[in-house]
Amino acid sequence: MAFELPKLPYAFNALEPYIDAGTMEVHHGKHHAGYTNNLNGAIQGSSLEAMPIEAILKDVSKLSPAVRNNGGGFYNHNLFWTVMAPNAGGEPQGEVGKLINKSFGSFSEFKEKFSTAAASRFGSGWAWLVVNDGKLVVGSTPNQDNPLMDISELKGSPILALDVWEHAYYLKYQNRRPEYIGNFFNVINWAQVEKNLNSALG
Amino acid sequence: MKHELPKLPYALEDLAPVISSQTLEFHYGKHHQAYVNNLNNLIVGTKFENADLETIVREADGGIFNNGAQVWNHTFYFSAFSPKPKAAPAGKLAEAIIADFGSFEQFKEAFAKAAATLFGSGWAWLVKDAYGHLEIVQESNAGNPLRTGLTPLLTCDVWEHAYYLDYQNKRPDYIQEFWSIVDWSVVEYRFGK
Ligand SMILES: [Fe+2]
Ligand SMILES: [Fe+2]
Repeated sequence: MAFELPKLPYAFNALEPYIDAGTMEVHHGKHHAGYTNNLNGAIQGSSLEAMPIEAILKDVSKLSPAVRNNGGGFYNHNLFWTVMAPNAGGEPQGEVGKLINKSFGSFSEFKEKFSTAAASRFGSGWAWLVVNDGKLVVGSTPNQDNPLMDISELKGSPILALDVWEHAYYLKYQNRRPEYIGNFFNVINWAQVEKNLNSALG
Repeated sequence: MKHELPKLPYALEDLAPVISSQTLEFHYGKHHQAYVNNLNNLIVGTKFENADLETIVREADGGIFNNGAQVWNHTFYFSAFSPKPKAAPAGKLAEAIIADFGSFEQFKEAFAKAAATLFGSGWAWLVKDAYGHLEIVQESNAGNPLRTGLTPLLTCDVWEHAYYLDYQNKRPDYIQEFWSIVDWSVVEYRFGK
């Protein structure tokens, strides 16, 4: 069974003006599609074909760089599209809002920590909000690594992700990564993050 | 010592359509400049405050290395280009390329593959080892072959910022076009030093 590129849950232009339609089209249609195809190519004919992506990533140190890179790229973008939405952003309510306050002191402290993680990742990578042992943790990973991977320093169940590869923002923001990060907060789909939190906590 | 952004040996629009003036405006004017500025800020009060750039590239770690090496790498990258380049190597460099890669075409193929397959941000390099043999190496992020005792001769920046405005996800197209602005007289000079 091959992995499939998920449909975007909104139109290419739905996140304008924060993320432009041109970027979404290449990002989803070329980059994410590329990772998906290359992942399928890398696992073809192996027992990995029958496994969920999370299980593959968990033991990725035993697998080829192609599985690590493309499996990560497939999973990370899947999550990324769903944690954004039009008419979203603002401050989270519910359990995730409470847990953010408990873990970081306040929403603005969380926002600052997450933004710093995203801005200071040198080269390509991702910023994350993860659940680890019932607590929320912020961090970043290089390239397409993620906190589910056994090789990752940052560990936990991802509930929010931000792509800081240059392809995620270069057409609109060029070298201004911090501006892209600031605008990401206008499209965070906190309702989905709440769902992700609930499934992570079981 | 205070590090400075070196002048480009051509105008911003001179490399178009291979590299657009818009790309150079950001790549040279913003990214390269930011690495220079960051480096100057980071070295204050450290043992690298008075070091030359090559010493920083060889010996520093963390943010000083990242920014210092990115200054060095970009200067090296930009200075190999010309709007009227010598299109192929001659003399001793041509002989070494044939000896170590079979032919100029085979070298270009191997270098292009290294540039295309480097995952994430980084650089592909043509280098000379201590015995004068040529090799192709990949370096992630700010990586620089001086750290492993190799002599850099040519580099291709494959950070997405180097090509995204002009080629988007099509990195192989950028690499293919890259050859038409490489000035082999510069590479010959570096090889002969
Ligand atoms: Fe991406
Ligand atoms: Fe660059």
